[in-house]
Amino acid sequence: MLFLRTLKLGVKSLMLHPLRSLLTVLGIFIGVASVIWLLAISEGISREAQRQIESLGADTIMIRSVEPPSEKMAPSGVTPYGLTREEFDMLVRTIPTLRTAVPIREIKRTFKYKDRQIEGRLVGSTPDYAEVTRLQVDRGHFITDAENFLREPVCVLASDVAARLFPYEDPIGKRVYLPEHTDYYRVVGVLKFRNDSAAIGGSMEAQSFRDDIYIPIKTLQQRIGDTVVRRAGASFSGEQIELNQITLTVQSIDDVKPTAELVQAALSHHDAMEDIRVIVPLELLEQAQTTRMMFMVFMGLVAAISLLVGGIGIMNIMLATVTERTREIGIRRALGAKRRDIIWQFLVESAVLSVVGGITGILAGLACRPVIVLARDLISSAYPETIAALPEVVRNVTPTIVPISIPIAFFISIAVGIIFGLFPAVRAAQMNPIEALRHE
Amino acid sequence: MQDNPYQVTTAHGFCMAGTTVKNACSIRNLTKEYVLKSETVRALRGVSFDVPEGDYVAIMGPSGSGKSTLLNLLGCLDQATSGELYLGEDNVSLMTDDELAEIRSRRIGFVFQSYNLIQQLTVVENIQVPLYYQGRLGAKDRQRCIELAKRVGLGNRLDHRPTQLSGGQQQRVAIARSLVNDPYFILADEATGNLDSKTTAEILALFDELNEEGRTIIMVTHEDEVAERAKRVIRLRDGLLQSDEQNAPEDRKAAAERAMQLATEVA
Ligand SMILES: Nc1ncnc2c1ncn2[C@@H]1O[C@H](COP(=O)(O)OP(=O)(O)OP(=O)(O)O)[C@@H](O)[C@H]1O
Ligand SMILES: [Mg+2]
Repeated sequence: MLFLRTLKLGVKSLMLHPLRSLLTVLGIFIGVASVIWLLAISEGISREAQRQIESLGADTIMIRSVEPPSEKMAPSGVTPYGLTREEFDMLVRTIPTLRTAVPIREIKRTFKYKDRQIEGRLVGSTPDYAEVTRLQVDRGHFITDAENFLREPVCVLASDVAARLFPYEDPIGKRVYLPEHTDYYRVVGVLKFRNDSAAIGGSMEAQSFRDDIYIPIKTLQQRIGDTVVRRAGASFSGEQIELNQITLTVQSIDDVKPTAELVQAALSHHDAMEDIRVIVPLELLEQAQTTRMMFMVFMGLVAAISLLVGGIGIMNIMLATVTERTREIGIRRALGAKRRDIIWQFLVESAVLSVVGGITGILAGLACRPVIVLARDLISSAYPETIAALPEVVRNVTPTIVPISIPIAFFISIAVGIIFGLFPAVRAAQMNPIEALRHE
Repeated sequence: MQDNPYQVTTAHGFCMAGTTVKNACSIRNLTKEYVLKSETVRALRGVSFDVPEGDYVAIMGPSGSGKSTLLNLLGCLDQATSGELYLGEDNVSLMTDDELAEIRSRRIGFVFQSYNLIQQLTVVENIQVPLYYQGRLGAKDRQRCIELAKRVGLGNRLDHRPTQLSGGQQQRVAIARSLVNDPYFILADEATGNLDSKTTAEILALFDELNEEGRTIIMVTHEDEVAERAKRVIRLRDGLLQSDEQNAPEDRKAAAERAMQLATEVA
């Protein structure tokens, strides 16, 4: 009851200067809203990054062949580089913790069916490839061990390839033509759509699985070989690689790091040539988590500063209010207000300012996701190039409100009101009533 | 109190028509010094007197003689440097800041020269402020405030703000406010100092009525016409009691009539 009256009185006093109160509230509003927004955005970004890294598989180790720096290549002719089948067998034989080991060979090729033609990627691999890259079969089957063993000329199409080469017919049983090798492959399966995998901080490019055609790796080795020639305008360039990638999966997450070390040691003879790279998604994941923590701390700091500024705004206004209302304080003291009544009165006022700022700030914080999504849609329809130029993680970010940030923001706003309101309130209470009454 | 020389005659009250009248306040050797950097100002240098309940005292004296200082001490706004101050039975000289505030809210009514109403509150809310600090916020308490507003002639202005009232009306609100806690006495520091003669006459008439109802009034004034209306005039000079005289009832009546006449002439 008494509190309600004090509250009512506080609101009344604040309404004496509505604009001033509004501006003070704005300071806290911005502070609280920015806490929630910044946390939501950083959470959204890190979740997106984490999701992309996880889609590579936390239990995998990838070894990729990379083109060595030009000074390490022979001046003329084709220099073989990268992983070899022998190394693959060696890894499989010597590393006990492996669950699966998948050799991969990728070549850019042209595919034709009747008069339709597309540029795509021919991927030679083993049946385990589907599992480690999380491919799902839509129709037919993925390449089998038997097909690999028998070096059958069969292939499996990514859903995009199937849609573009066979818009009207069922591709199963049809034969895709490879003009560069004057060779045919019979379609035995079609895959479901799979999202592109993310580029990871420079160590791995983004991978698209849209334009892929999968064939057994032994078929590829027999029918195409290790050396492929690419035509670039009038000149030709060759490439001689046995395997583009080896993807290993281990039995448990704990095995990832020791296995990665073992792999690195086993392949240390590549160090001089710099023609392979070992990628461990788990490490990237851990790295991403550290980055995320730092990001959060940084964002928190920014938000804390804006709350501090808001708090100083409150203190400033309350000090002005106290000076301005010295007479009122004198009257109240003369009429029986104790020091703590005066403290309480001014504290309630500053708390009202900050709580109003806090609540409206939280509401604005909750609007974060729709606002950002809307803004992105608007910008991308108005300036598509600008949006396209942004990194993918930023482009796709959906702010995710961190639930704990709401009570935190609320209590911080109350705390700001009390902490920054306390000094002016105490100052008001310390005034000598007689002098306060004499104040003009 | 036992060996107090004033006790015999006045400390516990004095006899009037055979009944004992209690003291609203009694002060003994009250001094007040303001210690400044360069000097010590002795605003009161030992003042003693009693004010029985129902009395009507005018305090006069030249500027700087310590009238306001004395009134502030009586109103528990300040602590004396030495001496004793009794309000009813309570020895104020020993009280803490909080206890003084408590006394102010329960037992003292202030009327100031500059009205001192709170701008953001209505007439009724202003009257209620002393009750507010006693936690008395019920419907009954509000009703009492409304009655007091009517009592001082502001029954049709209950929800007005101070800025919407004339000086005389504001002073009426202040008087109603001073009555709300049923005080030991009403302290008025030049309560009519800002008012014209007509309004002064009205306010003084109100004081007369209140005094007849049994309210104790202590007021500081510079004007003889105002002082003539009181039952008793205490004069201060240089922080000391110079004189303490009763006004003859006939003189008071004559002064009241003169004031009424003056007021009607002006109007
Ligand atoms: N806070 C203070 N600090 C220092 N000196 C003070 C203070 N208040 C009053 N005085 C001094 O005490 C003396 C008495 O002051 P007081 O206000 O009681 O006079 P007064 O009788 O009310 O005068 P006036 O008729 O002008 O109002 C004066 O000399 C004044 O300068
Ligand atoms: Mg004075």
